Amino acid sequence: MKKRILALFLAVGVLSGLLGGCQEATPTDPIPSDTNGTSTQAPQKPAEIAVGIAQDLDDSLDPYHMTAAGTREVMFNVFEGLVKPDSRGNLVPAVAESYAISPDGLTYTFPLREGVTFHNGKECTFEDVLYSFQTCAADSVNSTVVAALSNVADISEGEGGVVITLTAPDPDFLSMAASVYIIPKDGTDQAAHPVGTGPFRFVSRSIQENVILERFDGYYGAKPALERVTYRIFEDGNALFTALNSGALDLVAHLTVDQVESLTNGYQVLEGTMNLVQAMYLNHAEAPFDSELVRQALCYAVDVDAMLALTADGHGTKVGSSMYPAFGKYFDPALADRYPHDVEKAKSLLAEAGYPDGFSFTLTVPSNYDPHVDTATVLVEQLKEVGVDAKLELVEWNTWLEDVYAGRNFQATLVGFDASTLTASAMLARWVTDNGKNMINYANPDYDSAYAAAQDPSHTEEEQTAYYKECLDILSRTAANVYLQDLADFVAVAPNLKGYEFYPLYVMDMSLLFFE
Amino acid sequence: MKSLLKKCAALIITLFLVSALAFLAFSLIPADPATSLLGSEATPEAKAALRAELGLDRPLLVRYWEWLTGFLRGDLGNSYLYRMGVGEMLAGKLTVTALLTAESFLFTLLLALPLGILAGSVKNPWLDAACTVLDQAAMSVPPFFLGILACYVLGYGLRLFVPGAYVSPEEDLWGCLGYLVFPALSIAIPRAAMAVKLLRSSILTELGRDYVRTARSRGASERDILLRQVLRNAILPVITFLAVSLAEIMTMSILIEQVFSIPGVGRLLLSSISNRDYPVVLAIVTLLSAWIVAVNFLADLLTRLADPRVRLG
Repeated sequence: MKKRILALFLAVGVLSGLLGGCQEATPTDPIPSDTNGTSTQAPQKPAEIAVGIAQDLDDSLDPYHMTAAGTREVMFNVFEGLVKPDSRGNLVPAVAESYAISPDGLTYTFPLREGVTFHNGKECTFEDVLYSFQTCAADSVNSTVVAALSNVADISEGEGGVVITLTAPDPDFLSMAASVYIIPKDGTDQAAHPVGTGPFRFVSRSIQENVILERFDGYYGAKPALERVTYRIFEDGNALFTALNSGALDLVAHLTVDQVESLTNGYQVLEGTMNLVQAMYLNHAEAPFDSELVRQALCYAVDVDAMLALTADGHGTKVGSSMYPAFGKYFDPALADRYPHDVEKAKSLLAEAGYPDGFSFTLTVPSNYDPHVDTATVLVEQLKEVGVDAKLELVEWNTWLEDVYAGRNFQATLVGFDASTLTASAMLARWVTDNGKNMINYANPDYDSAYAAAQDPSHTEEEQTAYYKECLDILSRTAANVYLQDLADFVAVAPNLKGYEFYPLYVMDMSLLFFE
Repeated sequence: MKSLLKKCAALIITLFLVSALAFLAFSLIPADPATSLLGSEATPEAKAALRAELGLDRPLLVRYWEWLTGFLRGDLGNSYLYRMGVGEMLAGKLTVTALLTAESFLFTLLLALPLGILAGSVKNPWLDAACTVLDQAAMSVPPFFLGILACYVLGYGLRLFVPGAYVSPEEDLWGCLGYLVFPALSIAIPRAAMAVKLLRSSILTELGRDYVRTARSRGASERDILLRQVLRNAILPVITFLAVSLAEIMTMSILIEQVFSIPGVGRLLLSSISNRDYPVVLAIVTLLSAWIVAVNFLADLLTRLADPRVRLG
């Protein structure tokens, strides 16, 4: 008997020792002070870097079939169009040496640059450009680009390059042309071995491990300083962070505030924006969101500042409509303050709309992106204050795509919309009543006519801008959605790696980076 | 011989059922691969074209039949996502998972046998109790938790390794095996603890048998009795256990791959499920079940070979 009791004591002793050991070791941050060892003692680093990315390039690498933003972000370095965006959002000549648009807006002339070669060594000719436009028009998975290209009447050789004639003027055509990446006409298997004209050439990809790019020495423009870029794939956020903090990676973008704050390796942290509009998107075909008063009440009920403080330590930019700040030309910060946080006002609007006791609804959120889930969690709490009971439902991304986005079978959802081309229409076309992508079933004749006016080529650029701004104002006025923010984007860069620039698009330009 | 045939038949039927169920399950999961592949911006025409290209517009049974005949010919089909042969994709991933499984199994053996013998021969009741408690604790920790603990304490805290800094075996075989040490230990420790427990009780049972008393009376040393006579009998159940462990270890590898970011079969399986890349999922699920069935078969065989009594019965 005595023995058994002793054994029991022993057991408890060992167990608590074990647990105690764990507790001591895990939650505190036992970082030795020599954390900079790995990063600073390497002055002779060869011009190659390892970039950590959070998702595999798990789709086709064919430039007209790429769908994932993460894939486009990498392949931006490999492909170029006749023109390409720079970090300020201007379209600058790339494969074309320059461009000219006829006064009637119907003829675009792109003289081809001398000495542009593909990564396979072949020279880029008119035939390749023609092939690229035709293939893209027939094959692209981007319906906006396909629609824009269906407007092309003729592509012919002339003026030292390409002359494109449109059937009707299109103010966004140049942006669309930038997303028609130029590929060789006899290029074989773009899906697995992409060939373009960009500053870097594709070397290899290893599924769920890495993607390797190398400097293309035949590039016509300024040669990148980096010789080799290895994108290493970490689908687990903790693993990505640990690798970054250990100095094994030179560059990681899209970090969260929490990660940035726990970073101890002395890396530079740059802050930009994610270039998207995060909002609670409401299905106007479903009661009670068909009521403008209800939607406005929700806008008043939500305290975006408090939300930013809670989810991201105050980082992020408030948006009041379907436009993010990088579109400086159209973005109006004043719209973000149209609905200041006001619980009483929200309650009285709800009462006026016939919901004095509030109501309940389901908020469907894709589970694959933590910032949206975090925001939704806070939002649900904030809505409780005005008596509105939101039930948070997390769904898999593919289910979201099918049920919510394509099927429009939802009440409210919280996601971010971005622009794949640098045009206002990429953000605004979708809210036109009969647009196929009008997920929220927004139907507003005023909006439709303002948008049509913005697209009307007989208007000057200033008039066009004014109409787009009017569109944004209508969205805000009618509380089309509960607009929240453009998320903060943090990038950690090795101390001696310079030149990183944020783009108004979801891309990372490797050609600008260099070691100091 | 007859029972061998029976086993083989059972193996084939099991695989057939598993693949059929997997196929059926995927046709029930919501979300259509074409939507998932082409994303939010694709035109309905493009989606329909892709569906036709992938053969998704044809009846389920026809698709299953084609897949099955292909599989039997050794053609695993093409990944929807990566647009390459599933066989080609799996080859590299299987190497990694096989290495991890092998290393885990090796550690299980290296830990289990000496510790088991030691635990079986401990005379001091205090020490014995301590061993039992420790063993029980090691046994009940799930491998993924050990893995997380290893990442944080040994990796992040003590900097013994960099979690996530995986090197592929083609690049550097020893580096890869080195990185796999902690993942393999995370899998091996609970398994080994179970084997230790089994070996200990098996040794204790054998030590109480008549032949041991006879040997003692003949003046054989305890050491000789234990290593020469007792162990030979005591190890039988442990061998079966270890053989079955091979299946368990493989499935554990899939979990542990997530924890240590090892791009093996498990990672590919999970991502393929969420991306609706059915050809890949089907191939992996079928191959995994083939492995499990085969290992159990092997364990059976080993037991029969090692112990003539089982053969008679």
